[in-house]
Amino acid sequence: MNNSSESEYAIQAKGLSKHFGDLKAIDNLDISVEKSRIYGFLGPNGCGKTTAIRMLTGLLTPTSGEIEVLGLRLPQEAEKLRLKIGYMTQRFSLYNDLTVKENLQFISKIYGITGTQQKKRIDELLSIYGLNHKQTQFAGSMSGGQRQRLALAAATLHKPELLFLDEPTSAVDPENRREFWEQLFDLCDQGTSVLVSTHYMDEAERCHKLAILEDGVKRADGTPEELMNNMAAHVIEISAPELRQLKQHLMSLPEVITGSQLGARLRVLIHNTVTDPIGFIMQHSNLTADFVDLVRPSLEDVFVTCTGNSRQ
Amino acid sequence: MMLSLLRIQAIFFKELTQLKRDRMTFGMVIMIPLVQLMLFGYAINTNIRHIPVGVVDQSQSALSRVLVQTISATQVVKFEQQFQDIKTAEDALKRSEIRAILIIPPDVTKRVARHPSSGFGLPASSDEETSRPIAQWLVDGADTAIAATIKSLRNMPLSELVSVKPANRSTPTFEVTLYYNPEQRTAVNIVPGLIGIILTMTMIMFTSAAIVREREQGNMEMLITTPIRSIEIMLGKIIPYIFIGVVQVVIILGLGYLLFDVPVNGSLLSLLAITLLFIAASLTLGLVISTIAKNQLQSTQMTIFVLLPSILLSGFMFPYEGMPLAAQYIAEAFPATHFMRLIRGVVLKDLEFTDLTFDIYWLGLFTIIGLAVASMRFKKTLG
Ligand SMILES: Nc1ncnc2c1ncn2[C@@H]1O[C@H](COP(=O)(O)OP(=O)(O)OP(=O)(O)O)[C@@H](O)[C@H]1O
Ligand SMILES: [Mg+2]
Repeated sequence: MNNSSESEYAIQAKGLSKHFGDLKAIDNLDISVEKSRIYGFLGPNGCGKTTAIRMLTGLLTPTSGEIEVLGLRLPQEAEKLRLKIGYMTQRFSLYNDLTVKENLQFISKIYGITGTQQKKRIDELLSIYGLNHKQTQFAGSMSGGQRQRLALAAATLHKPELLFLDEPTSAVDPENRREFWEQLFDLCDQGTSVLVSTHYMDEAERCHKLAILEDGVKRADGTPEELMNNMAAHVIEISAPELRQLKQHLMSLPEVITGSQLGARLRVLIHNTVTDPIGFIMQHSNLTADFVDLVRPSLEDVFVTCTGNSRQ
Repeated sequence: MMLSLLRIQAIFFKELTQLKRDRMTFGMVIMIPLVQLMLFGYAINTNIRHIPVGVVDQSQSALSRVLVQTISATQVVKFEQQFQDIKTAEDALKRSEIRAILIIPPDVTKRVARHPSSGFGLPASSDEETSRPIAQWLVDGADTAIAATIKSLRNMPLSELVSVKPANRSTPTFEVTLYYNPEQRTAVNIVPGLIGIILTMTMIMFTSAAIVREREQGNMEMLITTPIRSIEIMLGKIIPYIFIGVVQVVIILGLGYLLFDVPVNGSLLSLLAITLLFIAASLTLGLVISTIAKNQLQSTQMTIFVLLPSILLSGFMFPYEGMPLAAQYIAEAFPATHFMRLIRGVVLKDLEFTDLTFDIYWLGLFTIIGLAVASMRFKKTLG
């Protein structure tokens, strides 16, 4: 009896590192992804999202660390894993000079799906992802959003237990992005586990759980609510004239993590070592309490707080 | 097993569809053998004729004019210019207007009379003064082929010149009988050899880009997360090109027969067997390159790096026997050298492929090793 295959986790990794020469693309990463959940990697460009996903799919051999995916140890058992996972790469990786249908037929055959079964599955996917009238169009001539849907269709064709999506919506408008996420939740309801990487806050907020990565290091993880509630900072919004000067003044204070202007308002993050943030602002700006509000943190605030220390 | 075949077939049809859509490549498959056949068949000829030459006639005699006519009649050279003195003739030679100068000395009549080959100068050879050549050639020796051709005029018989039957026309020491290409037509040797050259070029070129292209365009990252195996990718990718190779062979041999009268003496079965074997060997060589190169530019460079020695040393243009020993060893490593022997043997000499077992074994071994190396080098990881 293999206990781990009964495990509630789709992915478990401990002390995962990948070094490219001197560069630590991933440094000592621990993650656990529960089954039938959507797990997100949130982080800026170059933080190591793609590198992490490649190691978790068995494409890249880690410098050190242990990985278990769907009860299989990587990279030793990578071949056995292939039938159980789907991977949508960051860059479109189907064939531009094949049509939508030809691409799907090709993938079907690679997974050993033939005949009426193949036809049924492809028709099903075409209608789920709204590609029915695009069947004979070359993949290379489709719009970013259509191509993304085709890539998702191809990645889910063999009904994998676990789906890896690397920045799936980077070329997709907000409307289509919402639709795309509806489809992810549908897959999730059917029992598929999903690991998705993104640098969009609204997308990260939809995940059941997420990890915030920066420079290959995990800065924080948990559900979006947990992250927002446990944030080590207060969020203050100020509505006043001459915000730019005020911002410069406040930013020079060590207790202030960051400030950013949103139209006529200034949003300031203040370290939670300050017990009375409103009083603190009033003391430093000659403003009355009417102009200063304590507001609910957003995921972006969490992100900035977690990752702000090492950057400007 | 069934699944494995299905996956190979999936790659195969995908490759075929992409090839069909790539008009340029598809056109090249047909154009390369066509153009090469025309070039080698018509343009490139090792029997050199009508070399442009000039003459400096210092004797201005009736005999000197007959001499020029007699030489023209051989068609080896064509007298295009007359010069007053050697200096101006040499300038023309320098400017490559002409390739050689014939200098006819003032005493040419006397020299011909004393010349042994004209038949009535005997006994003159003892006399240094009178046994000299009758005229002199100054040759642009930069091109060795042209120089050699003019050198061959050295012993031109003079019997016509003096219209006397020579007394001592020598009997040849050897009798030479030419097998397989009695009329000494270049095309007979070139056309079968051309199959080797064209297959080497196209087969290595196509496959060397095969894996690299998928890697460059990002398809590989998707492909290697699927259950497909390395060897299945390799096989699926080379099989379409086997058909292309066969099409090219048919074009070359068909046109070779129609345009240049090159017969196919051996059996078609032998021909097919050796061609398929050679195609397989060339394809795996291309695949190995494809697994080493990081991008298409590198794969093209490596292809040319392999292509040049493999064509030049194959015995296609320069006889294998004339090469230094070291070059012969290198030549033995390339499939093209073995194929050159095989195809000339089968097409011209009516050999069966079973008569050329060494070359057959070598090609077979090369293919198996190549496929193994390619599959091993192609790991299903990114690093
Ligand atoms: N094969 C490689 N060789 C060397 N360095 C690499 C390699 N792959 C990635 N890196 C480096 O590792 C770091 C992480 O790269 P990665 O592609 O994982 O980032 P990412 O989070 O996916 O970024 P993006 O949001 O831009 O896709 C980068 O600094 C990158 O330059
Ligand atoms: Mg990335």
